[in-house]
Amino acid sequence: MFHVKHEFDVIVVGAGHAGLEAAAAAVRLGRRVALVTLSRDDLGALSCNPAIGGVGKGHLVREIDALDGLMGRLGDAAAIQYRLLNASKGPAVQGPRTQTDRALYRQAVSGAVSAMSGLTLVEGEVSELVLSGNGVQGVRLADGTVLKARGVVVATGTFLGGVIHIGNDQRPAGRWGGAAADRLRHQFAELGLPKGRLKTGTPPRLDGRTIDWAALPRQEGDAKPVYLSFLTEITANRQIACGVTQTTEHTHDIIRENLGRSALYSGNIEGAGPRYCPSIEDKIVKFPDKSSHQVFLEPEGLDDTTVYPNGVSTSLPDEVQLAYLRSMPGLSSVEMVRPGYAVEYSFVDPRSLRRTLEVAGFDGLFFAGQINGTTGYEEAAAQGLVAGLNAALRAQGRPLFEFGRDQAYIGVMIDDLVSRGATEPYRMFTSRAEYRLSLRADNADMRLTPLGLDLGCVTEARRLSFERKHDEMARGREALRTTRLPAAETENGETPTRPWTTAYEALGQGDGVARVAEHGARPEISQAAWEALCAEACYAPFAERQKKEAEKLAVGRQVSLPPAESLIEIPGLSIELRHKILAVRPATLVDAERIEGMTPAALALLLIQARQKSAA
Amino acid sequence: MDTIFAEATPPGKGGVSIVRLSGPQARAIAARLAGDLPASHQAGTRRLRDGDDAIDEALVLAFDAGRSFTGDETVEFHLHGAPVVVSRLSAALRKHGARQAAAGEFTQRAFLAGRLDLTQVQGLSDLLAAETEAQRRLAVQNASGLLGKRATEWREALSEAGALLLADIDFPDEDLENGLIDAALERIVAVRESIEATLAGSAAAEIVRKGFQVAIVGPPNAGKSTLLNRLAGRDVAIVSERPGTTRDVIEVRLDLNGAAVSLFDTAGLRDSDDVVEGEGIARARRTAEAADLRIHLSETGEAQAGLLCPGDLVVTSKADLHPGDGLRVSAQTGAGLDALVSEIGERLAQRIAGAGVVAHEMQRDRLARAARHLREAERSGAEFLAEALWQAIHELEALVGRVDIEDYLDLVFSRFCIGK
Repeated sequence: MFHVKHEFDVIVVGAGHAGLEAAAAAVRLGRRVALVTLSRDDLGALSCNPAIGGVGKGHLVREIDALDGLMGRLGDAAAIQYRLLNASKGPAVQGPRTQTDRALYRQAVSGAVSAMSGLTLVEGEVSELVLSGNGVQGVRLADGTVLKARGVVVATGTFLGGVIHIGNDQRPAGRWGGAAADRLRHQFAELGLPKGRLKTGTPPRLDGRTIDWAALPRQEGDAKPVYLSFLTEITANRQIACGVTQTTEHTHDIIRENLGRSALYSGNIEGAGPRYCPSIEDKIVKFPDKSSHQVFLEPEGLDDTTVYPNGVSTSLPDEVQLAYLRSMPGLSSVEMVRPGYAVEYSFVDPRSLRRTLEVAGFDGLFFAGQINGTTGYEEAAAQGLVAGLNAALRAQGRPLFEFGRDQAYIGVMIDDLVSRGATEPYRMFTSRAEYRLSLRADNADMRLTPLGLDLGCVTEARRLSFERKHDEMARGREALRTTRLPAAETENGETPTRPWTTAYEALGQGDGVARVAEHGARPEISQAAWEALCAEACYAPFAERQKKEAEKLAVGRQVSLPPAESLIEIPGLSIELRHKILAVRPATLVDAERIEGMTPAALALLLIQARQKSAA
Repeated sequence: MDTIFAEATPPGKGGVSIVRLSGPQARAIAARLAGDLPASHQAGTRRLRDGDDAIDEALVLAFDAGRSFTGDETVEFHLHGAPVVVSRLSAALRKHGARQAAAGEFTQRAFLAGRLDLTQVQGLSDLLAAETEAQRRLAVQNASGLLGKRATEWREALSEAGALLLADIDFPDEDLENGLIDAALERIVAVRESIEATLAGSAAAEIVRKGFQVAIVGPPNAGKSTLLNRLAGRDVAIVSERPGTTRDVIEVRLDLNGAAVSLFDTAGLRDSDDVVEGEGIARARRTAEAADLRIHLSETGEAQAGLLCPGDLVVTSKADLHPGDGLRVSAQTGAGLDALVSEIGERLAQRIAGAGVVAHEMQRDRLARAARHLREAERSGAEFLAEALWQAIHELEALVGRVDIEDYLDLVFSRFCIGK
């Protein structure tokens, strides 16, 4: 089949969460897309924890959804438990999370894929990229077939040089049952893309029928679910509870006695693992004083007896895993469906990428997902969306798009990756966002759907729903701003500066929601629009300040700087600053401003250099 | 855009000090101090006042937006060249919303506004070098001084508070101990109080507020009180021929070349069995130790060994009776007094310039803003607290170094067992 050639606009390599979202985004932009996967069965696999969302991660899901991506809707279609994390805190740090049914998720993905017109699903292994000069032309499959496209998104997850470790056993693979993409890895090396090594792990899976549920406390979901997608209005499935157990002193003894047999502690693994997702071995070694660790028992589906024990990922041999599991309450006669393992894999240093996720120096070649050093479905999907959008824009000959740190968590994540790289698998935290009070899960649609409409990646149904909510909010805001309530007493008993406050201002104060309702000032708008207004009012004073800062940033971002090599020739810069400029390689004035030790005078010099270069 | 100001002449010395104020509020702020302002590009003499306090009688030049060095509204104040006057004006400008400019900021604005060509701004390189040197000096001072030690403590406490808040906000599903926010708040309040205490007692603030403190020390009957009276121009201390007359510390406030100086006359230092005089001597020692400068006065031209600090003045008294070299005064004839006064003024200028008043004022600004951010957030929720912490750390960056999420994460993961 060497002669066979197929023409596409965009090719996506890998159909995990990043690949799927990339393909879907390119399809929404009206592109002809090939989605290449090793096996059709990999579509929509939740290879680790069967949960989507959370604090930070839930923010990402909402942003993907606001741009009409898939993850929020797929998650809602498969949700069997909803919990709003940080419900007792302010809306800025609340994150929606679901427990999902693996089978239902797969089903939802497969439904979404078959509904995409313009998408061709290709089963096969990509053996190399087809490049010409500094541009990508397509990919060649192992059977010799060549697929041509102007945009290629590489989203191969942990398949790149993946090694599975269980005790002392090692075998090549990415996810369970997958084959390693070694040939691609060699090609990346030839292209001069720097890489690093990371690891991650997963716990054993349990047979739920062998768990004594009656002996264990339960964790129920929220009575009033908060959905992942802005479009979801009803709960799709029966909801379930999780069990809670914990490790015991006996568990810890078993693990301590067998530490030498853990791949992590035998020196077989060189990659750095995520500190926020330690193996049970790590927890016991690093926190010897803690006599017990909590373990959540999460059913993987309504009709699935498999249970995911959240909190005991491991790379100990099978029999040790079984022994320590059985030392926990409720698990005395548990059976394993399959053992836990550690995966070590290669990633491409994301500092070789631009904020569009395009490889610097290779037009049309994009990287997304775990291959960029991130962890998590949500992080992968968000990158997939960006890479897919930009690959489509590239194919259309349109200017590429990048998200700012002040616009979206997506922008924060990509900026962190391309400027700092990854020393451990990168996970989203709200604390990474300096505009946290403005970048909320509740306002992701107001922030990003208009952008998506401009880009053309938002479909009709969402546009209508967005515009309705937007108009309702505008109406409600106006009503609240023109309604006066008596001023609340100040906490220290001082006389307020004026005897009234607007209902909008009141809404942002402690008991504001109740006060507004008391005075009959709640506007006649939908519950969703009302809640969004409440959150907005809560952070209004901060939004103003952050907006100003963001405007300043926007100006600085317009100023692009010449290459670092010419910047450091500027007389007067300290040696330290020169080193930092070489390491950080600032592309714009804003990048330079963020360099530690940068002063206004030094910044002015950089600016002069920039003007000189652009004038020359 | 902020309205910024800076001293355009080298600080601490010179007959005239020029302070430049630029930005959208420049004219409005200047008018509050000077009353009306001269027309653009015209100079006029104005009495500068901050409320009821006189600042100086100064030459004021105003420049309209679009016709100034920076392109923004600009006002120049030509003051009498004394650090204290500059400090007073700085404080007033800050009070009305202006901010101390960072080094190079005026030139940067000028360049951005297209007011300078490239050859003109190459001078920035020199400025940058000077700035680096100033920062280095300041860093050395801070690292070895009290402020450096405090800054290290602040950094530690603020990082811990940030880590606690991060753990509380970003890991809600973990089995963590209770009271993380309270623990964070405790640290935040402690830092805020420490910053406020530092601000209240900072050396530069003391000098500006209380004046430069000069103590006259020496053996009994050396002529200390006579010298004080001579300098003050009135009889304030009891002067008699009997040794040990001054039993307490006597303070006189003087205006020395435009700078506020508090002069202390102290009891003669000698061993004494007299309880009252003994107490007077003890106080004299304490006062002398706390002063910014000591004048060691004796007929023999010797210093009080236990109290001698680098930079002190050693003066021979009763010069009419004891001819010789060195700093010599005669309170009786007035000989040498002018030389002594100018010597004190010189030392004063050195002290203030050496401590880097500008740098200090910039730090004071930042410290004050940091404390305000922390204070305002103390009663709100975790995410507001974290926001305030972020702002405060940003203000303190020059002092405590950069703290970011990686510092928080390091602390979180070393302290809490997190992860599933």
